[in-house]
Amino acid sequence: MATPLLEVRDLGVRFTTRDGQVTVLDDVSFTLERGERISFVGESGCGKSMTALALMGLLPAMGQVSGGSINFKGEDLATASEARMRQIRGNEISMIFQEPMTSLNPVFTIGRQIAEVLQLHRGLDRRTARARAIDLLEAVRIPNAAARVDDYPHQLSGGQRQRVMIAIALACEPEVLIADEPTTALDVTVQAEIFALLRDLGAKLETAIILITHDMGAVAQMAERMLVMYAGRRVEEGRVADIIKAPAHPYTRGLIACVPHISTDATRRLERLPEIDGIVPPITSFGRDACLFAPRCGRASEVCHGERPAPAGVAGHKAHSVACWHPHEGGA
Amino acid sequence: MAGQGPDHALAVENLSVAYPLKGRDKSGARRRLLAVDDVSFAIRRGTTLGIVGESGSGKTTAAMAAALDAAALRRARQRVQIIFQDPYSSLNPRLRAAEIVREPMLHAGRTNRAEQDRVIDELFEAVGLRPEQKSLFPHQFSGGQRQRIGIARALSTRPSLIICDEPVSALDVAVQAQILNLLKSLQRQFDLTYLFISHDLGVVQHMCDEVAVMYMGKFMEQAERDSFFAAPRHPYSRALLDAVPTIEAAARPRPPLVDGAIPDLSEPQTGCRFASRCPHAMPRCENEVPLLADATGAAGHHRLACHLADEIGSAASG
Repeated sequence: MATPLLEVRDLGVRFTTRDGQVTVLDDVSFTLERGERISFVGESGCGKSMTALALMGLLPAMGQVSGGSINFKGEDLATASEARMRQIRGNEISMIFQEPMTSLNPVFTIGRQIAEVLQLHRGLDRRTARARAIDLLEAVRIPNAAARVDDYPHQLSGGQRQRVMIAIALACEPEVLIADEPTTALDVTVQAEIFALLRDLGAKLETAIILITHDMGAVAQMAERMLVMYAGRRVEEGRVADIIKAPAHPYTRGLIACVPHISTDATRRLERLPEIDGIVPPITSFGRDACLFAPRCGRASEVCHGERPAPAGVAGHKAHSVACWHPHEGGA
Repeated sequence: MAGQGPDHALAVENLSVAYPLKGRDKSGARRRLLAVDDVSFAIRRGTTLGIVGESGSGKTTAAMAAALDAAALRRARQRVQIIFQDPYSSLNPRLRAAEIVREPMLHAGRTNRAEQDRVIDELFEAVGLRPEQKSLFPHQFSGGQRQRIGIARALSTRPSLIICDEPVSALDVAVQAQILNLLKSLQRQFDLTYLFISHDLGVVQHMCDEVAVMYMGKFMEQAERDSFFAAPRHPYSRALLDAVPTIEAAARPRPPLVDGAIPDLSEPQTGCRFASRCPHAMPRCENEVPLLADATGAAGHHRLACHLADEIGSAASG
């Protein structure tokens, strides 16, 4: 197989705090092919957004990559200079965020903010960039784009603002688009439209998409593969269809079961939702050599508390791996 | 406006809420925004009514107005309590957990300190908090634990109705399940009635006995849970349900929403508020406001405000 577009291997990130060094990401590995859609899933603080920020070279000042590599088209981004990352960001790897209002500059028109990216990365002159901005607004299905190009962000609805963010992110036809909870602040009917837009444009431009979310439904709709993360580590990885059908890690299983997914069978009525007991561990425990899910896990044994499980293949599924001492086997 | 029938914890009839706006219209009257327009509902004791809708639909306004109105009845105030969405901003950061739970009792004039302490102890146990946590401040709790404090606070005056305003939206999914289970077990334990406001149809399906779908200040559809989820009839309800990402792979092909303008609620409405986005809209929908009426052929209570009720009713389960 040819080398993947993006190959992250054993990525570690540490924060320097007043109390010393803490591990935030621990040995995270995954690959991404051109045009592929992958999802990072987990609860807040599991490291899914931090992985994305590490890819973008946008770790907070207290954080640094402590190990591993981020191989993007033959170049290691983990050691790339800030000047080089500035060339890559918004051009070859782009990102959209949860809250489109805070990501857009309120004092510039949306047309100018789209054009700026094209002038910076593609060296277009002002007029060409503006014309291209209108094309992009049309591509993200903003009605009457030629008139709306001179609007300011506050004149748009939340869904339209996220469309503008997508237009900015895709302006340079990047190879990777990272979407960090892009629809969390939006209504569900708007979310459906944004997902459809991302799928269509991703396919058209052959842009690989990394969707960061806590919503298994969104994963099922948007991604081909998923990476389940817990406490800074990858606990399960595989094809979305395989994992939803037969999650191998008890945490993945809990994440899928604890949500009241809508069902057309109205007679099906659960009195109680299956719970994952307890809460996520404190960040100070993230680097420990143990399964960090063990305190919340019904299958945990002594080994889970004392040794770190290595990712291992799941029988019967291609490219499905789980880091667990007592994984579930077979179907749900 | 709000009253209590023998079987109902709350009955609201023809509730409207308008916010005053700046300026005057052509006729010289003050402009106003009609956030809730002629909404009626009743909740049977010990059951849950869910109001679903997107942001700006008026679901929270309707619930709060119903609560205020009920509170206007003498002594009713302690009978209605609210659980808020944000467990961070809804707790006073300078009060210890036990004092947060005590406050509503003080407002309700229950001044017997020993009795208050007994209620606090009982509620801490009921919501799954440890006795030693009574003396901690809100910042020392996780989000889910804070929501437990908010629930204990709401229960302290023994209300007959609790308004749950997006009670789990700000919580992580694993914690959501814990809180939803807690709300259900407390409902049985204390015979509570919930008015449950949510944008999440999965949560509503799990929690509610009856569902009302609200759009731009109006109820579009109102039905018993099973009837609604088995066969939603209003085009807006269907659009909402179809938009929810599901882990079941089979997608239901339905006509997409029209990308129409959302009506301006500061102007009088002449037709169905959803007409501009409705894939089935016809001229009548823009000229005549549809009234909420019994849906034909539904098993049980099922009401619908749509001129197309008969056309789409028969194909409802599609």
